[in-house]
Amino acid sequence: MTDLTKLTIAAARDALRNGDVTSVELTEACLKAVDAAATLNAFVHKTPEIAMAQAKGADNRLKLGMSPDLCGIPLGIKDLFCTKRVPSQAASRILEGFKPEYESTVTDKLFTAGAVMLGKLNMDEFAMGSSNETSCYGNAVNPWRAANDSANLTPGGSSGGSAAAVAADLCLGATGTDTGGSIRQPAAFVGITGIKPTYGRVSRWGIVAFASSLDQAGPMTKDVRDAAILLGAMSGHDPKDSTSADIPVPDFEAMLTGDIRGKTIGIPKEYRMDGMPDEIERLWATGAAMLRDAGAQIVDISLPHTKYALPAYYVIAPAEASSNLARYDGVRFGHRAKLAQGDGITEMYEKTRAEGFGAEVQRRVMVGTYVLSAGFYDAYYNRARRVRALIKRDFDEVFAAGVDAILTPATPSSAFALGSMADADPVEMYLNDVFTVTVNLAGLPGVAVPAGLDAKGLPLGLQLIGRPWEEADLLNIAYSLEGAADFVAKPAKWW
Amino acid sequence: MSIDIETARKVAKLARIRVEPDALPALAAEFSAILGFIEQLNEVDVNGIEPMTSVTPMRLKRRDDVVTDGNQQAAVLANAPDAREGFFAVPKVVE
Repeated sequence: MTDLTKLTIAAARDALRNGDVTSVELTEACLKAVDAAATLNAFVHKTPEIAMAQAKGADNRLKLGMSPDLCGIPLGIKDLFCTKRVPSQAASRILEGFKPEYESTVTDKLFTAGAVMLGKLNMDEFAMGSSNETSCYGNAVNPWRAANDSANLTPGGSSGGSAAAVAADLCLGATGTDTGGSIRQPAAFVGITGIKPTYGRVSRWGIVAFASSLDQAGPMTKDVRDAAILLGAMSGHDPKDSTSADIPVPDFEAMLTGDIRGKTIGIPKEYRMDGMPDEIERLWATGAAMLRDAGAQIVDISLPHTKYALPAYYVIAPAEASSNLARYDGVRFGHRAKLAQGDGITEMYEKTRAEGFGAEVQRRVMVGTYVLSAGFYDAYYNRARRVRALIKRDFDEVFAAGVDAILTPATPSSAFALGSMADADPVEMYLNDVFTVTVNLAGLPGVAVPAGLDAKGLPLGLQLIGRPWEEADLLNIAYSLEGAADFVAKPAKWW
Repeated sequence: MSIDIETARKVAKLARIRVEPDALPALAAEFSAILGFIEQLNEVDVNGIEPMTSVTPMRLKRRDDVVTDGNQQAAVLANAPDAREGFFAVPKVVE
């Protein structure tokens, strides 16, 4: 078999079970691709010894038959997931040297299913960013380049390393996390599939917390079928996360029929933004036409509070972050600043956090501190939580009226050049999440599917938003869209 | 709303992040931009709307109040920047 790293999870699973390939062969091919792609800076901690040991174990298990879908499949793991005795830094200096003594629930589930970990993937520091430029490891680089242009582009963020690694065929799939769009925006920027499941579908235990009421982990994969397989393996109730839902996990892959006749798809008028590029508008209309041709009914809907999602998010997420990140104090783990003669414990906290946190993380922690401080709590934090309730109500009403899923663009642009936002106002960068952030605020599942290329030859994605807990239905609609869009373009290898 | 330098200093102090005095004006300007963006929320009529506490309408799971873990001193201290005699060590807190 040639080009083992280009296999989908589904194809590799079948090849492994048929004995056409071994996990050791697959893993060696991926490790070689990872080493050859250092320029992309996607993998930031490589774990070849662990990978080879897991691959050998998987091959033994495969010989016995009855192995789970992921048995022997090489994956990349976002640095936000705690992996036992393997650096887990959330791309922050403040967690330099941190090697957890425990395994996150998600990675534990994946490894129990026989998956192989190639290493840890680059990301924005503490998942705060939309371009992977806030990472302590430096930028991850998008394997795609614009036609006749050698400028390095962002793979998006915060799961930028995951996106770059999957798009460049360094691994068969990757884990990501999504607080405001951090799976879907990077997936769209590199032409892969990424789903953020319903809040509570996947355990957050052992994932470094950013904004606990918004964070969800999910898969980033080469196609919708792979997303269904990997999501199934990541999902399920966990007694260690009290917000994880104790409801059955359907067989997502088995429900991919591609039959969406009779489904009602909503097109929200508020997502038509001023200054939106024509090609994104056209892509959106084309996507709606594809779903209509597949037998779905397309209806115009209104989500009137959409405009307020980003400002509400930029109160709630920093507020929760300021609380979650209080634990990084230089006492129990990670970095501690060198202290001067006479420095006390307050100086230790302040110096450690100033050295350990990057500029964007500091900014968000301080904004969060401000909106939670005495006198402002009601005006900012409580008001944002009220607006959040209204945003969720918008969706509830649309779903109650019979809409099965909502189609929107995934991002307001294609991937932009690394460094091009350096002088921008922080708020300009936040606008990247304009189409995705509503979904986190409402706790809904959302999937980004690659749907076309723009005039520069860069991928563009569409987003489908589903009813709570209806990931199976959502993925099936995404599967239909994927089939119609037939996005097969790959980045030309330059790295 | 515009954030002055004194407020920026106070917030940095509350957040336990050392910010050098010469960095405060830029920080105050960034806060002002972000808070200006957030101000849009004042346009929304939130009368009679309760602040959201849980995005999914479910009761948090409960479990019996029993010890399920423990006796892992070495693992707990393994990542400490300074651990001595089974404790986390920090600069002197009381004179």
